Amino acid sequence: MNLIEIKNLDVLYKTGYRGISALKNVNANIKSGEYVCIIGNNGTGKSSLIKSILGLVSVSSGNIKLKCNKNEISYIPQFNTIPLDFPATVHELVLSGTQKSNMGLPFYTKEDKASTEKAVRETGLKGLEKRRFCELSGGQQQRVLLARALCKKPRILILDEPCSGLDEKTTADFYELLLHLNTQHGTTIIMISHDLINVEKYATRIIKLDKAILFDGSVSEWIKKRNDGEPI
Amino acid sequence: MNFSELANLFSYPFIMRAIIVGVLVSLCASLLGVILVLNRYSLIGHGLSDVGFASLSLAMAVGVSPLLMATPIVIITSFIIMYVSQSKKINGDVAIGIFSTGALAVGIIITALTKGFNTDVYSYMFGSILSMNITDVALSVVLSVVILSVFIIFYNRLFVVTADESFAKASGINVKFYQFLISFLTAITVVLGMRMMGTLLISSLIIFPAVTAKKIVRSFKGLMILSAVISVICFVIGILISFVLNIPTGAGIVAVNIVSMIIVSMVGQVREAIGIKV
Repeated sequence: MNLIEIKNLDVLYKTGYRGISALKNVNANIKSGEYVCIIGNNGTGKSSLIKSILGLVSVSSGNIKLKCNKNEISYIPQFNTIPLDFPATVHELVLSGTQKSNMGLPFYTKEDKASTEKAVRETGLKGLEKRRFCELSGGQQQRVLLARALCKKPRILILDEPCSGLDEKTTADFYELLLHLNTQHGTTIIMISHDLINVEKYATRIIKLDKAILFDGSVSEWIKKRNDGEPI
Repeated sequence: MNFSELANLFSYPFIMRAIIVGVLVSLCASLLGVILVLNRYSLIGHGLSDVGFASLSLAMAVGVSPLLMATPIVIITSFIIMYVSQSKKINGDVAIGIFSTGALAVGIIITALTKGFNTDVYSYMFGSILSMNITDVALSVVLSVVILSVFIIFYNRLFVVTADESFAKASGINVKFYQFLISFLTAITVVLGMRMMGTLLISSLIIFPAVTAKKIVRSFKGLMILSAVISVICFVIGILISFVLNIPTGAGIVAVNIVSMIIVSMVGQVREAIGIKV
């Protein structure tokens, strides 16, 4: 079943009088349960693609159809967008992930607190809830952001280079956690990554972008092409 | 001045009015200050109070009520500053710099061309407790009820918008609405507080309590509560000192805020040195 249908998508940024094209005629369908990695060099439109799915940048032409509720999509931004000196506990931050756009008065329910508790346990943050976010290590901070994204029980999890700046062991743990979500809970994962080794190891599908789509297929097709020495 | 004389002070209606307005304005300013300081908009209050100074000079020149003139002008300016800072063409600090110096210049020109610099202008710039009337008391009660309700009802929203704007946007939260709401409430707080604190010093009520409290708290909720407490305590001590020493109110309150910030930093450093964790 298609969860996201992208048709003839163009994204154009305006800087002064000129427009800079970020995406040109992108077509793709994302199915439920897929683990999609988007790769490509810097400035090839990867972030623009996921931001247009999330509604953070406006689409110049073409369209994106979401076959699920927008509240079922969770997002983990590229760099840690929380200021380094921001005073907030782990619990406050994770709980804030339960907020939905369509809730009436923005108060947390018992259910929200229970799913926060669950997300904290799943990401191995138990015992750190009362700690200040900025005192944590990079890996722990990344898990807080993941927990915040998970407590909404998302069907789709969108990540923008989640492992930049993390060491090897922390990165491996993080990928295992994502794999667990994907295989055990059926969470659809869309991730931007530069880490080709892990992409080939965990993903089910690879999309390579350079403003337009250069490659879109399963990981085995990708590896076959690469072994045949075909230019992609 | 001994204790009974100090207690006597409270029997003067103008002092009671000043204390009521001041406590409520300090409370509102400190809550808004938490959001503004964390979002790097701390100087917005300063920009707005300079615009307030220009509108006060204009009100004096044409002879209308200062509140009537300043309120709409400052609110409109707060929206313009917010809009310009969001458009990414000009940084927020540049926008505020342009508005504050521009408005100050306009105010000074108007003053110089009309009545010249007299005691009225002096008290507008540095604050006076004599300036509060019964309308100000009523308005500040209404304002503080509005601001406290906004903070209680939208607390969770304000948290997510302040902590992580892009995450809030991706969750479908109308971030712009909350940013404009905060700048609107800041504008009203500045207008109400600026005659007592002085247009040059009102922004201290927004900045100091949040910065001082941030040094010792670990949670966002703690920051809100502590900066409100610090703000009100510093105000009360400051207004009493300013009365006893016969100095402008605003300056006295800022001085108390500075001292409390230094004390809190020193306590924090001592605590760190001997290894106690909060």
